[in-house]
Amino acid sequence: MATTEKTMTAKIEKVCPPPLRVEKQYFTFAEPPDKMTLESGARLGPVTIAYETLGKLTPARDNAVLITHAFSGNSHVAGLYKDEPENARPGWWDSMVGPGKGIDTDRFFVICSNILGSCSGTTGPSSINPATGKPYGLEFPMVTIGDMVNAQKALLDHLGIEQLVSVIGGSVGGMQTLEWCVRYPKMIRSAIPIATTMRHSALAIAFNEVARQAIMADPNWQNGNYYGSTAPNTGLAVARMIGHVTYLSDQAMRRKFGRRLQDKKDFSFGFDVDFQVESYLRYQGSKFVQRFDANSLLYITKASDYFDLVERAVNHELFRPDEPTDIKFLVISYTSDWLYPTYQAKELLQALKRAGRNVSFCEIEADCGHDAFLIPDERLNNLVGGFIDGIVR
Amino acid sequence: MELSDNTLMRYDLRIIASWIEKESRVLDLGCGNGDLLAWLTADKRVRGTGIEQNKEKAAACIARGLSVLQGDLNTEVEDYPDHSFDYVILSQTLQQVYEPAALLHSLSRIGRQVIVSFPNFSHYSIRLQLLFKGLAPKNEQLPYSWYDSPNIRVITLADFRKFAGDVGYTIVKEVAINTDHHDLQGHTVHWMTNLRACYGIFAIEKK
Repeated sequence: MATTEKTMTAKIEKVCPPPLRVEKQYFTFAEPPDKMTLESGARLGPVTIAYETLGKLTPARDNAVLITHAFSGNSHVAGLYKDEPENARPGWWDSMVGPGKGIDTDRFFVICSNILGSCSGTTGPSSINPATGKPYGLEFPMVTIGDMVNAQKALLDHLGIEQLVSVIGGSVGGMQTLEWCVRYPKMIRSAIPIATTMRHSALAIAFNEVARQAIMADPNWQNGNYYGSTAPNTGLAVARMIGHVTYLSDQAMRRKFGRRLQDKKDFSFGFDVDFQVESYLRYQGSKFVQRFDANSLLYITKASDYFDLVERAVNHELFRPDEPTDIKFLVISYTSDWLYPTYQAKELLQALKRAGRNVSFCEIEADCGHDAFLIPDERLNNLVGGFIDGIVR
Repeated sequence: MELSDNTLMRYDLRIIASWIEKESRVLDLGCGNGDLLAWLTADKRVRGTGIEQNKEKAAACIARGLSVLQGDLNTEVEDYPDHSFDYVILSQTLQQVYEPAALLHSLSRIGRQVIVSFPNFSHYSIRLQLLFKGLAPKNEQLPYSWYDSPNIRVITLADFRKFAGDVGYTIVKEVAINTDHHDLQGHTVHWMTNLRACYGIFAIEKK
């Protein structure tokens, strides 16, 4: 009897392990006069990076996995913070990252840092400019995906990590993953770019520009100099609403909302919320302004618009057949992603194949659009888990 | 990889596997669940890549650590540089290809040797069905009806020999086989192969 009870408890613990506890940490570098030189030529310093790690680094330091987050993400990739209650909302990729999950923290040392220019602990336009003692605002220099990657590299140097089992990221995080392969190919054993592109299409740039204009047209924006007064929340909320439309899909919106009305039986014949989809977008917008900085959105969307691997890759070793690199690639796209459709993943695939790179590709059937990679999905977990397993085997 | 016991592999794949040199570069078109690639990777240490149209199968291959591209083999082969592979394998796929001549032309560009296996449409059981019943024939190797068959090309061993020559290939190896249930066991057929073999396996090279 006692044994049975013991086995039962063990079983239950296996099914529901206690939530992983994580801690946000900070690393500051590029202290003046040794400022960081950005791709634009501008110099920035000091630079603080907010990051979180999960799992244990082996003594040989050979089990590190870097996760690069999407445009509005942060370092909180999985688990709960130390002081949070058990029912708090875990990190943004908790379905993928954790003990026994696709990216198994029992085996891998997982690092995720907030990107340069963002607003969740890493230096960005809302940080204090040491030269003036006030927030940077538009004084903040333009940063690129390459600059974000260089900042991550500085963090890895600080952590003493010289080799990565894998770099993994979706969307703008996928761009950073690819940028890593271009800048530091010798450090990387594998790369998993998910729902991403070698460069933005006119459609993607167009949506970003509408989002930026929504912010800049808000009178509270004041040329980016709004810190300490009312923030351009209306503009930022509208920008997020546009973003959400691009992250969903026609099918997903039909399924989720259709033409259903919100808490009413008939039209209001006014401009209040009638349709559920309006209510959803307004809610997403109002939620977003509580956690994101409008200027950060301007900077990061611009960085993603500037990203162009096609232009730069022509002469790069990653895309030249005569330059051997051992990076194993797994490219993943989603059927209903209309922001970075599968044809763009195929362009990447084509470039990698032409260079003779070791590459796998899978298009996942999903109707939820670009955001599908953030939605818990056993298929994605198996793909990523099995692929990484093959790297270390 | 898990499949080190090759008796669990389809009999025609075991023959193909025996033809592959160690540490060669292999492209498996229509690789299915990746059994052949997994075996070749583990036992012959090949650098293998597979192409598979079916998303679940492709995902299963990747999840077992194989390099596999999900997509249409006819277009996927176009992107590889010349002479990328020592062997290109087309196992039980040719009968489903819309333009076999165009495909074989592409394969001669990217691979040194092409290995093709397909069900033999001139097996006596098929001939007898057509002769006596007058219906589109079915057997274990070709189990579909005329209206739902993915096998849009009916090929006989004799047809393939002629076709290989017409598209500029030389046959360097040829084996005809019969398999029993589930295709796991089998034996080689040595005489009257066009009449008696269920499958043909050919290794061809560009002249």
